[in-house]
Amino acid sequence: MLNYLKLIVLGLITLFAMMAASYARDLAYQVHALIVMLVAAGLFLWTLRRTDEPAAGRDLSLEYNDGVIRAGVIATAGWGVVGFLVGVVIAFQLAFPALNFEWAQGYLNFGRLRPLHTSAVIFAFGGNALIATSLYVVQRTSAARLWGGNLAWFVFWGYQLVIVLAATGYILGSTHAKEYAEPEWYVDWWLTIVWVAYLAVFLGTIVKRKEPHIYVANWFFLSFIVTVAMLHVVNNLAIPVSIFGSKSVQVFSGVQDAMVQWWYGHNAVGFFLTAGFLGMMYYFIPKQAERPVFSYKLSIIHFWALIFIYIWAGPHHLHYTALPDWASTLGMVFSIVLWMPSWGGMINGLMTLSGAWDKLRTDPVIRMMVISVGFYGMSTFEGPMMSIKAVNSLSHYTDWTIGHVHSGALGWNGMITFGALYFLVPVLWKRERLYSLSLVSWHFWLATIGIVLYAASMWVTGIMEGLMWREVDANGFLVNSFADTVAAKFPMYVVRGLGGVLFLAGAVIMCYNLWMTVKRAPAKEASLATAVPAE
Amino acid sequence: MSNKPSQLQKGDPTTTGHEWDGIQEFNNPLPRWWLWTFYACIAWGIGYTIAYPAWPGISAATPGLLGYSSRAEVAEEIAAVETRNAPVNERLEGVELASVGDDAELYSYAVSSGAAVFRTWCAQCHGSGAGGVQASGYPNLLDDDWLWGGDIDAIHQTIAYGIRNEEYDDARYSAMPAYGDMFTAEEISQVVNFVQTLSGGTANDPAQVEAGSVLYADNCAACHGEAGEGDITQGAPNLADAIWLYGGDYAALTYTVTNARFGIMPGWQDRLSEAEIRAVALYVHQLGGGQ
Ligand code: HEC
Ligand code: HEC
Ligand code: HEM
Ligand code: HEM
Repeated sequence: MLNYLKLIVLGLITLFAMMAASYARDLAYQVHALIVMLVAAGLFLWTLRRTDEPAAGRDLSLEYNDGVIRAGVIATAGWGVVGFLVGVVIAFQLAFPALNFEWAQGYLNFGRLRPLHTSAVIFAFGGNALIATSLYVVQRTSAARLWGGNLAWFVFWGYQLVIVLAATGYILGSTHAKEYAEPEWYVDWWLTIVWVAYLAVFLGTIVKRKEPHIYVANWFFLSFIVTVAMLHVVNNLAIPVSIFGSKSVQVFSGVQDAMVQWWYGHNAVGFFLTAGFLGMMYYFIPKQAERPVFSYKLSIIHFWALIFIYIWAGPHHLHYTALPDWASTLGMVFSIVLWMPSWGGMINGLMTLSGAWDKLRTDPVIRMMVISVGFYGMSTFEGPMMSIKAVNSLSHYTDWTIGHVHSGALGWNGMITFGALYFLVPVLWKRERLYSLSLVSWHFWLATIGIVLYAASMWVTGIMEGLMWREVDANGFLVNSFADTVAAKFPMYVVRGLGGVLFLAGAVIMCYNLWMTVKRAPAKEASLATAVPAE
Repeated sequence: MSNKPSQLQKGDPTTTGHEWDGIQEFNNPLPRWWLWTFYACIAWGIGYTIAYPAWPGISAATPGLLGYSSRAEVAEEIAAVETRNAPVNERLEGVELASVGDDAELYSYAVSSGAAVFRTWCAQCHGSGAGGVQASGYPNLLDDDWLWGGDIDAIHQTIAYGIRNEEYDDARYSAMPAYGDMFTAEEISQVVNFVQTLSGGTANDPAQVEAGSVLYADNCAACHGEAGEGDITQGAPNLADAIWLYGGDYAALTYTVTNARFGIMPGWQDRLSEAEIRAVALYVHQLGGGQ
């Protein structure tokens, strides 16, 4: 019965998409309509072939749903490599503008590829990592199979569709022009549906858990899912110009729009790149270290402090702009108060290793997780410092911000995700161990050196650029033109690009290692993938 | 019961007694230094919001005890610099441009001020070193090849009102006709071949130079001069030097003659103060080519 309903809906979507493609007012919309049409038609045929087939009679309710996690792991690694590659390309485009090839103008120039990079790394790589690990962790720590049957698969594939629509949209020039929220209205709507389904799967699983308490990792994941839903909806409020075109008009304008945008932008950092990844940390570090979490109290206090304070810190992205002074002050104050709550996570992560410090020498996976927490601590110290107005007047608009972003993104988000993938692949594919620990070491060192080159070169250019901009002569006149500062940055741009190449190389090695783990590593005997409460 | 080995070791503190997938939690207290630093940040934050504009109310936010405002601060800084420079700017506006050079102090002030104006407003088109953008219509200001005149008053006039813009009636103006409509392709080719020889180059097709020279004398010499020496009264470039505004190769010349060119520069009369315009004129004048 359900299948017939699905067939009707899919058929209607296919028809509508076909119509939309022919009425399309712009190329991006047309391409998107065709993609949607192909996907819906494919699903239609697939559903048709399975309709009225006898269902497989096995009762799955006592087994974890690991298939969708495996898919998520593959997507994370794959999108990661794509995102880093685009990062390397734009890094070299900044150093060598000739790489904005004439024949690719309007498609592959820096302006088109930059949002492709940020979305690919944050939403495709980071987002898939978060979805996969959260759905893994919530099952294990609730001792329950994912709620909602195949809804988790809908979340996975629906999210990949968002990524494909966003990426093709950027290249074809459809954008809201809001950083980290570039996709146009219909992609936003679709993401909202997918995200609500994600929330349902996650909450449903927590509700049917067999453990008496909710593990701390799940608090973080839940706050991430709920807050991102709210941020996404408010920041993307817009009215489409036509249902057959990709353009839409924002509801907010002027300084309100700027404030909403950075309330969103900052909390995308706070809840996507911080709270969600802290959830990851809270599961994988104690597992890999085989030690209890350092302090339950600390985890409660820093959790509530973090989510309460983060929400107010957005204005530090708009110091010395049209934003009123009072908002600026509050943004700065909340950012500084945010320092210790952020470090609470770092302390809990690092101190969990007490009694297991020797593992740092023997286990490159734990080393990766530890350095990740280290970078987390560093960027959450740097962030509050940069939000001080006097410091921000130097750092704002410079590469210092870019250095801050990437010490957090590569160091914290990247490394903890790599650690989680190294943990997950042997478990999910039922292997005894990873294919090669020495390749993990290689990855560790390449990535670490890459991050150091990246961050150090950006600090140098950032501060140099900031100082050059404010340099005045004896009469109080500016000494440098903007173009002079760009020229002076060239060597550091090259160093940054090389750092990116090392980081990318490490990720490629990881993919090989994980692939070989699945192919070659010895299989594990009995599987423990059944949903049994731990107590 | 957990079927995994316990995470606990000998001598560990107590745990909360919960366990999830083998993960336990210690009952450790909050680290003291962490808690006190957190309190200190909060206390500082409260103090700061009392001192500075912070808490929003119905119609306005608390102004803060220090009465600080970022806009007022900028306005003050700008006013301070302006007051300090007012006397010297007044002097600069008062004197004959040609005689500024006699007052060493005023001159050095003007040149450094002019350099800053140039980096801010002119470098986008003329390059931060004033070298222009070759073959793109943005002239090099370092050489002594002037389109509109290189003495200080001519430069001042060019900067104040700009070139071929619609903002100022006093803008420098002239327009070369587009010969695509008037000449056959062959004639264009002939005159281009001739123009190539004006600056001592070799023509693509020497056989056409003869016919080209006739066409040139009849059509072009009125503006560009008999020998291609140019005419600064109407901004017609010198075609006899090897310095090109839009490029001197065969293809670029053909394009120029067929479609003509219409280089535009904005005027600065209402964007910059008279002192700034004078300063930047003096700066450009001393770059190397001033007459
Ligand atoms: C938008 C681009 C643009 C900007 C900005 C600009 N210029 Fe120009 N400028 C031009 C162009 C184009 C020409 C040549 C016009 C022509 O073809 O006659 C020119 C010509 C000149 C000339 C005449 C050169 C000659 O050979 O006679 C001077 C002097 C000059 N600019 C100075 C300045 C100064 C000083 C500033 C800054 C206050 C400035 N320009 C800003 C585009 C610009
Ligand atoms: C009415 C006056 C006038 C006439 C007639 C005229 N020109 Fe020009 N020409 C100009 C002006 C003015 C410019 C500069 C345009 C600019 O700066 O944008 C110019 C520019 C040029 C240039 C570009 C120089 C460079 O440095 O790149 C060439 C070449 C040229 N003319 C050739 C010719 C030829 C050949 C003819 C005759 C067939 C001709 N012009 C007739 C006024 C004239
Ligand atoms: C190989 C690795 C990487 C390289 C070479 C790289 C390179 C770059 C470059 C060149 C920019 C543009 C900077 C500018 O406009 O000046 C950029 C921006 C950005 N990247 Fe990366 N990147 C990499 C990995 C990552 C990762 C893993 C993340 C996130 C998880 C990330 C997040 C971002 C963000 C958020 C921005 C925008 C920063 C801003 O607007 O302030 N990058 N990156
Ligand atoms: C306490 C924690 C943090 C604070 C207070 C903070 C503060 C700041 C400040 C002040 C800026 C510069 C704004 C500007 O001048 O434009 C900034 C930029 C940024 N930070 Fe942080 N940061 C923190 C943690 C992090 C972490 C952990 C990450 C990433 C994983 C991160 C990612 C970013 C990004 C992506 C930007 C660039 C935004 C843009 O301009 O595009 N931040 N942050």
